[in-house]
Amino acid sequence: MSFFLADKVAPYAWFPEGASSFAPQVDFLFTVILWICIVFFVPIVIAMGYFMWVYRERPGYRGSPEALHNTAIEITWTVVPTIVVVWVFWEGAMGYLDMARIPKGTVDVNVTAKKWQWAFKYENGGEHEVIPVENSSVTELPLLVLPVDRDIKIIMRSDDVLHSFYIPAFRAKRDVVPGRYNYMWFHTTKEGLYDLFCTEYCGDNHSQMNAKVKVVSQEEYKKALEKAIQEPEDPLERGKLLYKRQGCSTCHNAGAEGANGPGPSYNGSWGKPVQLESGSEVAFDENYVRESILNPQAKARKGYGKASPMNSYAGKLKDDQIDALITFIKSLENANSATKK
Amino acid sequence: MSVVDRPITAPVHSEVDSYPEHHFLNHSKGFLSWALTLDHKRIGLMYLVGVMSSFALGGMFALMIRIHLWNFKDGWLSNQTYNQVFTLHGAIMVFLFIIPSVPAALGNFLLPVMLGTKDVAFPRLNLSSFYLWVTGLVLFLTALSVTGLDTGWTFYTPYSIETQQGGAVLAATFGVFVLGFSSIFTGLNFIVTINTMRPPGMTWFRMPLFLWAIYATSIIQVLATPVLGITVLLLSAERLLGIGIFDPKLNGDPVTFQHFFWFYSHPAVYIMILPAMGIISELMSVHCHKGIFGYRMIAYSSIAIALFGFLVWGHHMFTSGMADVTTIVFSALTFTVSIPSAIKVFNWLGTMYQGTVSLNTPMLYALAFIFLFTIGGLTGLPLGALSTDMHFHDTYFVVAHFHYVMMGGTLVAFLGGVFHWWPKMTGRMFNDKLGIISAIIVFVGFNLTFLPQFVLGSRGMPRRYATYLPEFQPLHQLSTIGSITLGSGLLLALIVLLMSLVNGKKAPRNPWGGATLEWMCSSPPPHDNFSSAPTVGDPYDFSNIEYDGRVGGYVKRT
Repeated sequence: MSFFLADKVAPYAWFPEGASSFAPQVDFLFTVILWICIVFFVPIVIAMGYFMWVYRERPGYRGSPEALHNTAIEITWTVVPTIVVVWVFWEGAMGYLDMARIPKGTVDVNVTAKKWQWAFKYENGGEHEVIPVENSSVTELPLLVLPVDRDIKIIMRSDDVLHSFYIPAFRAKRDVVPGRYNYMWFHTTKEGLYDLFCTEYCGDNHSQMNAKVKVVSQEEYKKALEKAIQEPEDPLERGKLLYKRQGCSTCHNAGAEGANGPGPSYNGSWGKPVQLESGSEVAFDENYVRESILNPQAKARKGYGKASPMNSYAGKLKDDQIDALITFIKSLENANSATKK
Repeated sequence: MSVVDRPITAPVHSEVDSYPEHHFLNHSKGFLSWALTLDHKRIGLMYLVGVMSSFALGGMFALMIRIHLWNFKDGWLSNQTYNQVFTLHGAIMVFLFIIPSVPAALGNFLLPVMLGTKDVAFPRLNLSSFYLWVTGLVLFLTALSVTGLDTGWTFYTPYSIETQQGGAVLAATFGVFVLGFSSIFTGLNFIVTINTMRPPGMTWFRMPLFLWAIYATSIIQVLATPVLGITVLLLSAERLLGIGIFDPKLNGDPVTFQHFFWFYSHPAVYIMILPAMGIISELMSVHCHKGIFGYRMIAYSSIAIALFGFLVWGHHMFTSGMADVTTIVFSALTFTVSIPSAIKVFNWLGTMYQGTVSLNTPMLYALAFIFLFTIGGLTGLPLGALSTDMHFHDTYFVVAHFHYVMMGGTLVAFLGGVFHWWPKMTGRMFNDKLGIISAIIVFVGFNLTFLPQFVLGSRGMPRRYATYLPEFQPLHQLSTIGSITLGSGLLLALIVLLMSLVNGKKAPRNPWGGATLEWMCSSPPPHDNFSSAPTVGDPYDFSNIEYDGRVGGYVKRT
């Protein structure tokens, strides 16, 4: 069946280019279903148009008022669609089982979803880098690097609400459910840069919770893994990197970068007194920053008590990483304090 | 067959007499005569005004969404506002418009008249269900507008537990709870009425198919809606008391909420579409002036859809990480619903064959329904099949699919039904030419809005996105143009209906040539519908119904 359907009809007119081993399978089934739809729909519409015309009410014409009934026809149009849908079900279920059964010897990636960022952790403990993007509602996105021609297993968990991990080019999707691990796998077939979307509604910036997936050769993947465990020596550079990698930039603005809200801007905050939601005032110093990272709700800033609650970073950041972040925030002491909310 | 409905004292010519001096609209006057009425026709009309206003409101939000999506970023709404607007659109359309639209508005008006009775079995329950609807509406709109609900109409946990709009979630779910009771009362009332009050001669298989559809719908309303009540109560308990059933922080499972929610909300899809199918069965036979093809198959398929509809809720959760066996079983069950739906489409086409097709406004809406519903049904195939659904799930493909079914199906059928029974309800004829133009604009606008969305979804555009990739922009703009066209078509339809009240011709008793009982009483019907129970025969016997130019409508030749 696949001989003319999948290749000649060019599903790519509809579908994005396929880059996993699931793509040909899904595209084939979809193309067949598309033809089934056409085979049913076109005759229905032609019959409807034809009946509308030849049996239209007009002077001198009177159709039959008698109700018709034809058992043979009725059985036919019950049985034929039944056979068709049984086949469609079977093909779909078999394809699904391929997607659900994870093979051995996979390259594993840990994915953590949170409002509103993807975080990827490689097998060596290295973390993803962030790349700039153009012509988009965001300025930068996390990048997941994967080797080509390998089975990839994605181990997913959520820090807060439901999310869903979707790479259209791989025809693969799975919800990320808090309180449990969900798994998915795919076999990469083509090098390239692909889009990754969150497809389960998760709040304010749901539509900006995207990422890029770069499928590269084995050698390049090795290099990327090495780079992923490195953090710069210089505390300021390290703080800058952590600011993006840890997802601070999705809520807090720093310099000209990062999102304007829902968290307060880092710009021009250092050393100044901070009005708290409780009405008191504290100094914006090392201790305040540290406490706000480890226990964000302890001293919420005035006007941000009802902002989307930040998750604690206790256990996620080492002390010297917090130091680096403090150095980074300190460096913004004189940055333009145009804090938008 | 003979149909006798004339009051014993009335003169014979009243059967062709068009506009009665006394009817239910002028039976009594004043605000209280409406507010405290027990007349199913008045309650039906009040529902009609209510659901149409809700639809207009939901439609405004739809247009806001489409206009926002004209640009891939920096639309005129903030992300937060966009999320609230799509929540408002979905919640209003589902809970306030589409679920009560056909059963509560048209069903209330027509069911007793089609049965030849004076009223439903429990008129007071009927009025109370209307006031429950109004209460639910007030609660719901307060929650939505004052505090800005942003959970989507599905209230998925844990987002609905964590969101800052806590008061909104509680008020809205309580609104849903109350609306649910309104729906249950209506369903219960209809079941009892149909079971106990059918007139002599109306056996089950001599019932108009609209009543079969309403009956099947009522069964779902009574059996499924309590589960929605349980779900929203549990959600409220989770938010207020932290009982730890849905919240993963308390060892609950968010997927459990989805099971609860869709156990109602999937059958609810059939609460929405079954009555629409009933309308189409009536419209096709009356405007083809021909008995319905395969009456029994259509009746049985309504019941089959109602039953199968209970077993397919899991297809909303194919990607949630359910057990593989569960997922596959739900996929198989999902396909079972496609067969009775397909049978109905074929039967409607069979009805046109060798008939006399009147291409008027209600018929054009009915034909538009068949076209759009067929697309809606067929695009369900790649969503029911598991491997393709992994790609399409939660994309615009799904959005387009359910709009073809819910809007192209239910809304278009509802409009067809409103035009069809408008003369009966108001006693006025509308301008058929303008009505036809509205049907054509709606049809074109609808396809222009939603066909591009199938392509968007296939290309990977996720739903509920306030911003998107620039490459999707042309298709989004096409869709927005379509939505404005669609909106103007709907506005025209409304104007046509309202104009008829001002300058419409007085409607005859039977303007279209229907054979069911509602066409035997005057337009609009008298307060008591029928002074004595009429005898009925075949509701689809058109053999001796002929057009009479003197009354401008159809009469029965005996």
